Amino acid sequence: MPINKIIPNFDEAVADIEDGATIMIGGWGTAVTAPSLLIEAVARKGVKNLTVVANVTGFGKQVWKPLGVKFAEDQDILVRNGQVKKFICSAPVSAIYENNFERLLRAGKVELEMVSQGTLAERIRAAKAGLGGVYIPVGIGTVLEEGKETKIIGGKKYILELPLMADFALIKAHKADRWGNLVYRKTSRSFNAVMAGAAKVTIAEVDEIVELGELDPEVIVTPGIYVDRVVVRPAVIEEEEIEISAEAKESHERFIRRKGA
Amino acid sequence: MQKKDRLDRQTVALRVAREFKDGDVVNLGLGLPCLASNFVPAGREVLFHSEAGVLGYGEITDLGEGDLELTNASGQPVREQPGMSFFDSAEAFVMIRGGHIDISVMGAYQVSEKGDLANYMIPERQVGVIGGAVDLAVGAKRLIVAMNHTTRDGKPRIVKQCTYPLTAANCVDLIVTDIAVIEVTDKGLVLKEVAPGWTPEEVQSLTEPALIVDPHCREMTLM
Repeated sequence: MPINKIIPNFDEAVADIEDGATIMIGGWGTAVTAPSLLIEAVARKGVKNLTVVANVTGFGKQVWKPLGVKFAEDQDILVRNGQVKKFICSAPVSAIYENNFERLLRAGKVELEMVSQGTLAERIRAAKAGLGGVYIPVGIGTVLEEGKETKIIGGKKYILELPLMADFALIKAHKADRWGNLVYRKTSRSFNAVMAGAAKVTIAEVDEIVELGELDPEVIVTPGIYVDRVVVRPAVIEEEEIEISAEAKESHERFIRRKGA
Repeated sequence: MQKKDRLDRQTVALRVAREFKDGDVVNLGLGLPCLASNFVPAGREVLFHSEAGVLGYGEITDLGEGDLELTNASGQPVREQPGMSFFDSAEAFVMIRGGHIDISVMGAYQVSEKGDLANYMIPERQVGVIGGAVDLAVGAKRLIVAMNHTTRDGKPRIVKQCTYPLTAANCVDLIVTDIAVIEVTDKGLVLKEVAPGWTPEEVQSLTEPALIVDPHCREMTLM
């Protein structure tokens, strides 16, 4: 029987995610690089006590819509819905304003494990590669060293960092075929390509599905063996009107101001 | 004296960009450092690296232009350039931690006279953003800090010892501020340049540790 990893819709793609699951969410920090519709499907499913592994805790539709992003939701929706128990990330808060994660963290409603971005990537890669851990040269003498095993190798001190494996990895790619081979667009590769294969189940949200053989083998970034399910974004979505809060407006204006004098 | 003109963000970025040589691989951090990709001297080939997963990007695009899937560390769309390449986050940090980045430019809350860097958390906020700063501080061959010389209420950011939590110890090589350029050396902090209209004494009065004034200390030239 032909291999076919394509799932017809987003709700079906995330149907077996249960309470207490550890999920990785790809992307780098901007909603355009995130698996926006998979995240919304997890939000609709309403699963709780999630441990989320991602580079950032998210900013939400409010911040991205004014920038013209079409699929504008990110992991913030899971935070503000109270579905997250713990976040493992490198950038938990915004440099510009107080996001929902910071608010819940202050209220003691969510836990945080902050990891340097390079260590986050390498721990995920270690899980994908079946490694028992990696010795990392950064964080020596800082809070990142606390409670961790260290080792001197070649006269230099390293910290042992353990692999990060998840139950599900939700990632965003540009094109896929029915085998799950993936290509990305520009800086969207980021944590998406790293997380593919670092979970028991990897689900890829894509802009377009192409015929097998259409993706040039020389340029496939993620070979299909790392991907279990593929689900495609609709070509058109119903544009909903959302009310932008004063905070989000201010954040948007500051973002714009940072661009120049 | 406190009312003297200080350099604006663009001008500090312009001064930072003068440090980049032909062929340098340069990572620009969040905020002010990102502006430096706009100011590479004509005819010089510099490869800008972003942990978002790109090498060889160009200037920041004009407002409303550009592609949000091609951004610098601040999430600002940047221009495509011939020869650029894309990669994932693991590869981006292999480049950083494997010693393949020549210069890292970052902002900071505090820098100590030994070159200790504090730039991920304001203690009162109790939570910060470590991001890739700690990786860059350890992995880049040369670390330039670009920041305002003092805090909003006028306190020195260049201090004897950092009171904010450290990103990494003994890692900063050069500090470019809105009033001075200071090199971190084994002997201490050496004042190399002052902003137009400023004297070494005035810079010293806004700096906690004693500065060694370079015999060739001069006014910054920006063009």
